[in-house]
Amino acid sequence: MEVNILVGGAAGQGMDTVMNLLGKALVREGYGIIYTKDYMSRVRGGHNFSRLRIGTGPIWTTVDAIDIMVALNEETYTIHHDKLVPSGRVIYDPNLFQLPDEESRGVPIKLRQLAEQAGGAVMANTVAVGALLMLIGLLPDQVEQLLQESFADKEGVAEENLIALQSGVKAALEQCKACFPLPPKNKTHDQIFIDGNQVLGMAALASDCRFLAAYPMTPSTGVMNYLAAKSKSYPVVVEQAEDEIAAINMALGASYAGVRALTATSGGGFALMAEGLSLAGMTETPLVVIVAMRPGPATGLPTRTEQGDLDFVVHAGHGEFPRAVLSATSHEDAFYRLNKAFSLADQYQVPVIFLSDQNFADTHRSVAPFDFERLSQERFLAKEGQYEKPYRRYSLTASGISPRIIPGRIKGEVVLVDSDEHDQKGNIIEDAFTRKQMFDKRMRKLTELAEEMDEPDLYGDPHPDLLLVGWGSTYGVLRESVDALSASGLKTALLHYSDLWPLPSKRLLEMIRVVKRYYCVENNATGQLAALIRRKTGIEFNNLILKYDGRPFLPHEIVREVEKNV
Amino acid sequence: MSNHEEYLVNKTAWCPGCGNFAIREALAGALADLDLLPHQVLICSGIGQAAKIPHYIRANGFNGLHGRALPPALGAKVANKELVVIVESGDGDSYGEGGNHFIHNVRRNPDLTHLIHNNQIYGLTKGQASPTSDPGMVTGVQTMGVSIPALNPLALALVLGAGFVARCFSGEQEHLKDTIKTAIKFPGYALVDILQPCVSFNKVNTYGWYKKRIYFPEIANREDWNNALDLARQWGEKIPLGIFYAKPRPTYESAIKALEGKPLVLKEFNPIDIARVQKEFY
Repeated sequence: MEVNILVGGAAGQGMDTVMNLLGKALVREGYGIIYTKDYMSRVRGGHNFSRLRIGTGPIWTTVDAIDIMVALNEETYTIHHDKLVPSGRVIYDPNLFQLPDEESRGVPIKLRQLAEQAGGAVMANTVAVGALLMLIGLLPDQVEQLLQESFADKEGVAEENLIALQSGVKAALEQCKACFPLPPKNKTHDQIFIDGNQVLGMAALASDCRFLAAYPMTPSTGVMNYLAAKSKSYPVVVEQAEDEIAAINMALGASYAGVRALTATSGGGFALMAEGLSLAGMTETPLVVIVAMRPGPATGLPTRTEQGDLDFVVHAGHGEFPRAVLSATSHEDAFYRLNKAFSLADQYQVPVIFLSDQNFADTHRSVAPFDFERLSQERFLAKEGQYEKPYRRYSLTASGISPRIIPGRIKGEVVLVDSDEHDQKGNIIEDAFTRKQMFDKRMRKLTELAEEMDEPDLYGDPHPDLLLVGWGSTYGVLRESVDALSASGLKTALLHYSDLWPLPSKRLLEMIRVVKRYYCVENNATGQLAALIRRKTGIEFNNLILKYDGRPFLPHEIVREVEKNV
Repeated sequence: MSNHEEYLVNKTAWCPGCGNFAIREALAGALADLDLLPHQVLICSGIGQAAKIPHYIRANGFNGLHGRALPPALGAKVANKELVVIVESGDGDSYGEGGNHFIHNVRRNPDLTHLIHNNQIYGLTKGQASPTSDPGMVTGVQTMGVSIPALNPLALALVLGAGFVARCFSGEQEHLKDTIKTAIKFPGYALVDILQPCVSFNKVNTYGWYKKRIYFPEIANREDWNNALDLARQWGEKIPLGIFYAKPRPTYESAIKALEGKPLVLKEFNPIDIARVQKEFY
């Protein structure tokens, strides 16, 4: 039992604030929810909508069907009404537009008029939330509490919003009291309500990251916003760089001088960082780069989603050097996975790229609170006695990892790093012998680094006939697709990658041997993970399920494609 | 007081007669005079002949990418404000490839010393025009002569709000050393544009060319911005040297909460305190 809500309107109508409040209220009540946003790259106008799916257990993805639509403008109804279930309801403002005569599911509420009576038209969304609460049979007390908390420092605003909320509740009561009742509450444990960018920001802070340099770029900017808000009270500095080239080079300078450093961007910004990434590889400076993917090429679709940059980040930067590429299956996974990125960067003195995307970055989910004690802040710095004197930054070792010290901390010792090929001291060289010696040293790190990669997560039937393979933010939708396919009698499992490069392949090879058919499912046009798998293992995916219209997969799309082929 | 010889390491790869030698000597002398130990100093550079300096001065060094000497310097200063950070690179590196970083770091005003070996030519790539080449200079690429006006780094820095702006000449080594010392002690971004002949590729701006033109103007008030701008704009028959402007303003670091007290790199990590950040999401 679940309820699916779609709220649509123009940009600038302030939907996000109240939808966040509603989501949080539901999470406090103990419901599982997911809240996704589909928005245009503009500040005013256009057609934006968000989906809220509410259930009793963990919710992994949104679906197409709509139980309740809140149409803040006529366009929302026009675009989405064919997905409204027969018993569905449409909350709309009859003073703004009329529904067609044959439409019997309307719940007319004079949103604007009621909002004006409460104190201002801007609160029309709050009125709508009041009506929504009545439709799903939820008492408004949690939302009231949250309105008080949210507007505590703005005099009068909370009070006016409470009036607006109540007027929505009352107006709906007369028409549709609890016509979509939520299932009984199931509050067994505390939950938090958080979006992907906030998860990454919090994970960075808790991983003892002390410096973020970035240039704002959708959909990564939320990470910057999160850390900037924390920089007033925690030891972290956020610098808005003049460009992405500066951002990555600033982060490298900070990392060299001893703090964990991060930069965050999207594909276009990462393109500018490519030379800096190569510098991180050559100087062996730990660095974490979050790349929140959006559809390219070039500016592409700035506010939409795609998994189109896997190939790019695996190969970006001139020359050859070791790197790791990680992504995450879910919000839960991302918190610990970004910490792993920082640890790998420090331990192996390599750049580590964390691949996010708009679908993950902007999506709020209810999840169990994170366990901060699981995070590591180990810096892998050499202590007195663990390095030879005088110190040489690139001393040769069996593992390829040279003992690292921080400049300025040890009297008499200096730390020299160089983007030119260099000797063990860090001085420029050009001779062939040293070049090969230092190159081999760097590449030796890959042996142990590859061992650190987690095998993909296995979900579903333990003895499947069908295997779906995916990576990153599609985990939720693939999980639900596996459930649907299994329910229809197809023995299906999902193999889902978080750690991507160096590519772990043991579990994949085991599974491929026993299944009848296997599919690679990716939010891109060419099947980039499938290509990496082929390169690494020789396995060819004949079945690719790809989507590259800038929108995330919905479960029925994947199920339909699989069933077509069975 | 330490001996400046202690800072001179490795054999250089510069052409005999290059102005870089005097700049290296002056920097070593300045560090010695200021009693700065090698581990207390960080030299950041980009790519070019000048940018090889971290290999020839004993100190911490970050020899990064072409044009990108300033960003890592800023990052390092944020991480450890106790480091004396010197950015040292050429005119192509600092004013051409790295122009954007130059503009914005003057605005930021971090406590860095920016020494620019300005030889008005690209040396490492063997003789193309640089942003500071004078119009008319003929090179293998600018075959009809440089046709666009030269960038005036000092005037630009002044207009952007730089607190310390100086011009030196590698042929005036004592003056250069004293200026570098003053620049290092200056709280905030300090720009020292050092005119330096390129004996191999710049056949226009030779030692003789500079010697004929340079002079040391009387500067009564180094907080007089208009006078500084007038001096910065003098070029041609007469080229003034000296510290044109020195007026501190709040540094980049001073406006950042997390940089109060101990250097960022030495601040305690408090896991219990950090875990509280999750509360806002309940």
